[in-house]
Amino acid sequence: MMADGVPLERAGKAAAADLHDRGIWIGRAGLAILAVLLFAVVPLTLDVFRLGLAAKYLSLAFCAVGIVLIWGYGGILSLGQGVFFGLGSYMMAMFLKLESTSADSSAQALSSFFGSNLPDFMVWNSVETLPWWWEPFHYVWFTIPAILLLPPLLAFGFGYAIFRKRVGGVYFSIITLSLSAIMSIMIIGQQGVTGGVNGINDFRTFMGIDLNTDEAKRAMYFVTCALLLMCVVAGSFILKSRLGKVLVAIRDREDRVRFSGYDPALYKAFIFAVAAFFSSLGGAMFTIQVGLASPSLVSIVPSVEMVIYAAVGGRLSLIGAVYGAVLVGAAKTLFSENFVEYWMYFIGGLFVFVVMFLPHGLAGLLERIRGYRTILPKPFKSPDIERGGVGK
Amino acid sequence: MTLDMLAMQAFTGVSIFTILMLMALGLAIVFGLMGVINMAHGELMAMGAYASYGTAYFFQQYLPEWMDAYIFVGIALAFVVTSIFGYLLERGLIRFLYQRPLDTLLATWGISLILQQCYRQFINPREVEVPTVSWLRGAWQVTEGVSLPLSRIFIICLAIVTAVLVYLLLYRTRSGILIRAVTQNRAMAGAAGINTKHVDAYTFALGCGLAGIAGSSFTMLASTGPTTGQQYIVDTFIVVVFGGVESLIGTAASAFIIGQLQSWFEFGMSGSMARASILVLVIVVLYFRPNGLFATKVRR
Repeated sequence: MMADGVPLERAGKAAAADLHDRGIWIGRAGLAILAVLLFAVVPLTLDVFRLGLAAKYLSLAFCAVGIVLIWGYGGILSLGQGVFFGLGSYMMAMFLKLESTSADSSAQALSSFFGSNLPDFMVWNSVETLPWWWEPFHYVWFTIPAILLLPPLLAFGFGYAIFRKRVGGVYFSIITLSLSAIMSIMIIGQQGVTGGVNGINDFRTFMGIDLNTDEAKRAMYFVTCALLLMCVVAGSFILKSRLGKVLVAIRDREDRVRFSGYDPALYKAFIFAVAAFFSSLGGAMFTIQVGLASPSLVSIVPSVEMVIYAAVGGRLSLIGAVYGAVLVGAAKTLFSENFVEYWMYFIGGLFVFVVMFLPHGLAGLLERIRGYRTILPKPFKSPDIERGGVGK
Repeated sequence: MTLDMLAMQAFTGVSIFTILMLMALGLAIVFGLMGVINMAHGELMAMGAYASYGTAYFFQQYLPEWMDAYIFVGIALAFVVTSIFGYLLERGLIRFLYQRPLDTLLATWGISLILQQCYRQFINPREVEVPTVSWLRGAWQVTEGVSLPLSRIFIICLAIVTAVLVYLLLYRTRSGILIRAVTQNRAMAGAAGINTKHVDAYTFALGCGLAGIAGSSFTMLASTGPTTGQQYIVDTFIVVVFGGVESLIGTAASAFIIGQLQSWFEFGMSGSMARASILVLVIVVLYFRPNGLFATKVRR
């Protein structure tokens, strides 16, 4: 929760301190409630199948938490989070695929023919040697650092280059949107080495642990929850730090921050990299639990859908993003099980409704009900954003 | 490569150029001039295509002897239907979000999803084909090895006529002056007595109508399905951004460059890789010229 901005100047210092404390306490209470829900209520009430679904939505919640950081606090709308989710997801899938291939007896029979163990879809596509960039994913000591480091490094490099050129606002959104398009086109086009439209699936073990047992599924659910809560805590730590204040200042008046001697591009690129890190982690957790890496989770539609998770939960609330992702995901399951043809109306209407009537999402609604409206400053009434002036 | 192939290749490039230009013209007005990110632009094209499809169906059923002329009615109807929808969209949704461009993006994305499902549920979940009118079948055999499909020539003509009309409307009529005045300086235009809200709504409707014309012309080349619009939306935005918003000439030029690139790249590699490489190329160019190729220098 933030406590700065114009309302505070009016409220006076004592009231400010009071609000600040209250904000922190609400944040801590919210985190505690979320932890109880995730670690106790959900696993105790749901069967393994439903728990798997919950884990799936929670993997997507990583992206939503990242989007709160970059969009809600950084003012940068990235429509390319699916790219980073996909990178994490595919890197994990490559590792799992190679591991299950090397344990598969029929693949071993073929390996004497091809000279190395080839994943089944490569054999089907008559690819005869494993591409060089698949090789390092034989090893877990390469895969996990790659999942954790590669996407944020890419995001930082790309983001810093773009932000230094002062490409911002909707231009950045459109460029990231085309990144998602590029990624899904490449994956679908290079079927032989990426699995194409079908993606990569059919995994058996992760470092010798059978992934299909109930115990493994439960354990992975708890790992996901723990990682997710760590991301939320890390995010709120960043926001409370001086770095977070600079970030909000950049969102509201980038020029002033620049004139004060800061380099906004560096801060924006950093937060973009953090969001990419979260997304990649979510992608890896998604793949290991759902057993699939697919271009349908990389392309434009899921990338934009991730934004609505954050918007439903509240674009200024890291905890809200988790609820947003789970609620929208649960709604999707509910609709697809009962009346699939109305899902698109629902999600489409949700986009319009949240933007028009609930710009701060559920978190904002809660604040309003409790009468703590002053805690949330209005982010988008910045005087910089003028009509017609889309490009900064 | 023979001369014939060269000519065919160039013609394909010109054809893609005119298609891209038709798609981008409407967006150049809505996004370039007004600064509204309309993610439902692709679905408006599909709406135009469906309007054409409906017209063709109506003519087939009731006026078979006039079937050859339906195409003009179809294009006009596509323009009318989409611009009315655009007008309602602006009045009902967009005008509340002018201060929040990123939120406009999300809200119009929602609209696009709703429209897609409407097409799926009320028109046809599968792709529909529009019969080609008899005088557009076949090709113009220029020489032995060069034959140019008539439907593509028709689209080239249509794109040129539309572009010229839009240019004349914006730069040679009183309405055009109003539109440019409002988009360039809203406060001063309002102070001069222009009803800026009216102008906003009509400008937006015009942009949407142009999307309808584009969609209607696509029915001559490909079938139309509920997700047709989504396939075009990224390309359309890329054309407008690449050319530089606030510049119609830039939009035309960037459509030409991308069209030619697409045609030549497709010659050397698969269609999907060609598309991906063009997108990468455009991002690289945007890195060096963040405001697009033909942006006018503005001091802020």
